[in-house]
Amino acid sequence: MSAAHDHHHGPAKGISRWLFTTNHKDIGSMYLWFSFAMFLLGGTFALVIRAELFQPGLQFVEPNFFNQMTTMHGLIMVFGAVMPAFVGLANWMIPLMIGAPDMALPRMNNWSFWILPFAFAMMVSTLFMEGGGPNFGWTFYAPLSTTYGPPSTTFFIFAVHILGASSIMGAINVIATILNMRAPGMTLMKMPLFVWTWLITAYLLIAVMPVLAGVVTMMLFDIHFGTAFFDAAGGGDPVLFQHLFWFFGHPEVYIMILPAFGIISAIIPTFARKRLFGYDSMVYATASIAFLSFIVWAHHMFTVGMPLAGQLFFMYATMLIAVPTGVKVFNWVATMFRGSMTFETPMLFAIAFVVLFTIGGFTGVMLAITPVDFQYHDTYFVVAHFHYVLVPGAVFSIMAATYYWLPKWTGYMYDETLGKLHFWLSFIGVNILFFPQHFLGLAGMPRRIPDYALQFADFNWISSVGGFLFGFSQLILLFVIIKCVRGGKKATAQVWEGAQGLEWTVPSPAPYHTFETPPDPTLIKAQ
Amino acid sequence: MLSKAKLWLGLALSTLMFWSAGLHAAWELNMPRGVTQMSRDTYGLHMTIFWWVVAIGIVVFGAMLWSIIHHRKSKGAKPATFHESTKVEIVWTLIPFAILIMMAIPATRVLTDAYDTTGSELDIQITGYQWRWEYTYLRENMDEEEVSFFSILSTSREEISNAIEKSENYLLDVDKPLVIPTDTRVRFLMTSADVIHAWWVPDFAIKKDTIPGFINETWVVVEEPGIYRGQCAELCGIEHGFMPIVVHALPPEEYQAWYAEQQQAAAEIRELASAEMSMEDAMAQGEQIYNQNCVACHQANGQGMPPVFPAVAGSDKATGDRLITMDTLVNGVPGTAMAAYGRQLNPIQLAAVITYVRNAFGNDTGDLVQPTEVNAYIQEGQ
Ligand code: HEC
Ligand SMILES: [Cu+2]
Repeated sequence: MSAAHDHHHGPAKGISRWLFTTNHKDIGSMYLWFSFAMFLLGGTFALVIRAELFQPGLQFVEPNFFNQMTTMHGLIMVFGAVMPAFVGLANWMIPLMIGAPDMALPRMNNWSFWILPFAFAMMVSTLFMEGGGPNFGWTFYAPLSTTYGPPSTTFFIFAVHILGASSIMGAINVIATILNMRAPGMTLMKMPLFVWTWLITAYLLIAVMPVLAGVVTMMLFDIHFGTAFFDAAGGGDPVLFQHLFWFFGHPEVYIMILPAFGIISAIIPTFARKRLFGYDSMVYATASIAFLSFIVWAHHMFTVGMPLAGQLFFMYATMLIAVPTGVKVFNWVATMFRGSMTFETPMLFAIAFVVLFTIGGFTGVMLAITPVDFQYHDTYFVVAHFHYVLVPGAVFSIMAATYYWLPKWTGYMYDETLGKLHFWLSFIGVNILFFPQHFLGLAGMPRRIPDYALQFADFNWISSVGGFLFGFSQLILLFVIIKCVRGGKKATAQVWEGAQGLEWTVPSPAPYHTFETPPDPTLIKAQ
Repeated sequence: MLSKAKLWLGLALSTLMFWSAGLHAAWELNMPRGVTQMSRDTYGLHMTIFWWVVAIGIVVFGAMLWSIIHHRKSKGAKPATFHESTKVEIVWTLIPFAILIMMAIPATRVLTDAYDTTGSELDIQITGYQWRWEYTYLRENMDEEEVSFFSILSTSREEISNAIEKSENYLLDVDKPLVIPTDTRVRFLMTSADVIHAWWVPDFAIKKDTIPGFINETWVVVEEPGIYRGQCAELCGIEHGFMPIVVHALPPEEYQAWYAEQQQAAAEIRELASAEMSMEDAMAQGEQIYNQNCVACHQANGQGMPPVFPAVAGSDKATGDRLITMDTLVNGVPGTAMAAYGRQLNPIQLAAVITYVRNAFGNDTGDLVQPTEVNAYIQEGQ
């Protein structure tokens, strides 16, 4: 580069900095703030649900509104909170981790973020439309969502199209960045696991998002153009909808957990001051899980009446997922074993992740046993299962990542006391919230009901208390972040004593432009 | 700071406990063992896999806890340098694999058994509707009187809206339960008239989706007479939480007596349908039927929830030509949530509810529709 281009220019001023930015750090921050806003909104909907379920009887909302709340809560948390948070982390951290100056396709990066607020504005606005918003669950099974859906379903479909486009663009960008922009010396098998898990996640996204787009388009045609893909009266097949949806939906579950595995694989070695145990096996396990995620989708549909051979195939394939997942958990424990551990907030969240995600994994193995799934299916047992893998799983990993990298992003240390308080309240709250739901499901409470029989009353109010505790604790996180952005103890470049990786070789806060020249190859060590 | 938070939490919890003491205390933690071989097999599998995961959990969490206690920096622990071992990786790949195979074998056996629907002694068709179940006993001889009826939530709206105290079987009571004989292999053929529902009775370990355009099969042999309750398990719209299932299992002789009674009642209804009904009778019965079948969409005041569920109060279809009202009720409005009630209600009930909507909510047409008229209309349509 010529000397004239060598000086660093900072960000543009005012709103145009954010509207027109192509900087991976700015875009990463916007994704993360957006995700946090959606997390609070989706959480508010969850609190409406928990308030209504606090006692038997209809207290606060009509059943139709209740159904809109369960639907919107799911859609917003999956597509608005968890996925954008991981994309935000990818934007911020992947270039820093592989020694790249930015994402490979910075303008597309801007676009893939900025269409999201519009998609969600449209989705949420359906709640105010005549006939109400989507009320058929986040899985929007036909024909409930087609022939019997509210008029606003069309807007919901369009919103899903936009979200899908955003996800696909994000995924292309991640793949292009990782495959083309690694610094010299950063071989594939030296990449941090967060980069590896995101690479694999991005392929999953590209594979399944078009299927989701296809299935909502078929709904659109059924609703407006007289086709009958899912309408039995016109020769269509409602079960086909479920096959297509879950062909997207099951890999989607892994899209929300693989990057979490990467984060935990970064944090545990740092605070155990010991190299990650079994790096290679972690990479292979991630790839195996991704592969298996394509051949297990029908375990969400064991009660639709598939032929026996199909049931057995999906049962065996699903059980197999426990093997690579187990390998990961064992590797994390082996990393902690004979380390020299300290327990700062990121580590607390990471340890809680390992324990509680594993509990979610255990119930997952139970759900795989088809004949027993007949009892568990569509009950609160399933609700407990997937919330254990998604909340103290995916969401805790995002919180762990936030505390872990916040000093690198802001240049200041966060308030450790408040961080620990936030952790403990979240940890206690999340367990009071979701553990009793296992009992509710086993005792026979179906999911997605606004009112319930009296024998479910006790565990429901306990769960609701946990819900409010967990929900309000998140305001502490908001406070900690704002406080940290505004100042505090100066962070060093290294931040954490045991941290390894290129992101810790740049100053804190990370300058607006980093790695304009590739890092010294000797800095790149095996993980 | 922490202990203060705990104190508050403790206080809040104990207040709540005290406050809710009036409610039913039910702390059921586990799946029911149930009353069929299938439900006991299912329970057995559930407990086996449960103890396996508990055992694995103890080992994994134990190792973690041990490390957390002993290998902390504050205790002067120095980090070891090992970071891989192919041998160990192979061991902890193979052990879970072996455990899974041990689980897969009995699971395969139970599942195969669940799928064997041969040798049935009684066939019952279950049809899901928004939001009720229809039970039809399949006959061997078509000359026999058919037994077929709908089963609807009988918990009152006042209980649901907390206006009056909730009864013991709140939300789990129906007007007319399914009746089956014990010690008999009963096969269920399941389908749906609108959206997907799922028929679930935990004590039988049966949960199966009822899907429009499909017929799913399952079977049961109930061993103990009794009343068994369940619910629709697949989100099916507004009233999904309000479509319970109640099954009475009777000893075979009692079942036979019940069945004969039902056949006789069916014959009587056919007879009654040819008789005249008075305005008072029609309005009284019509109101009852409206409250059971129509309020969810059209509301108790007849105002509906526009635009999805139109008002019947003052509507053209309810106040105009009586044939149009009849058509709406008997054939429904295809492609909308307005179902065809021609099968769901008998001609007497149809006549009553048509009369009711044409006269209630200020629709004072003064029309009285007779069962014979409805019957003729249905016959004509066929
Ligand atoms: C699942 C919801 C639902 C239930 C239950 C229901 N209806 Fe309807 N009903 C509708 C809908 C939707 C329409 C409008 C159909 C259309 O678009 O023409 C309708 C239309 C009608 C109309 C014509 C109103 C108009 O002006 O268009 C009448 C009369 C009516 N229903 C009576 C009844 C009666 C009587 C019952 C009970 C036996 C009943 N409905 C149960 C949903 C329902
Ligand atoms: Cu249903």
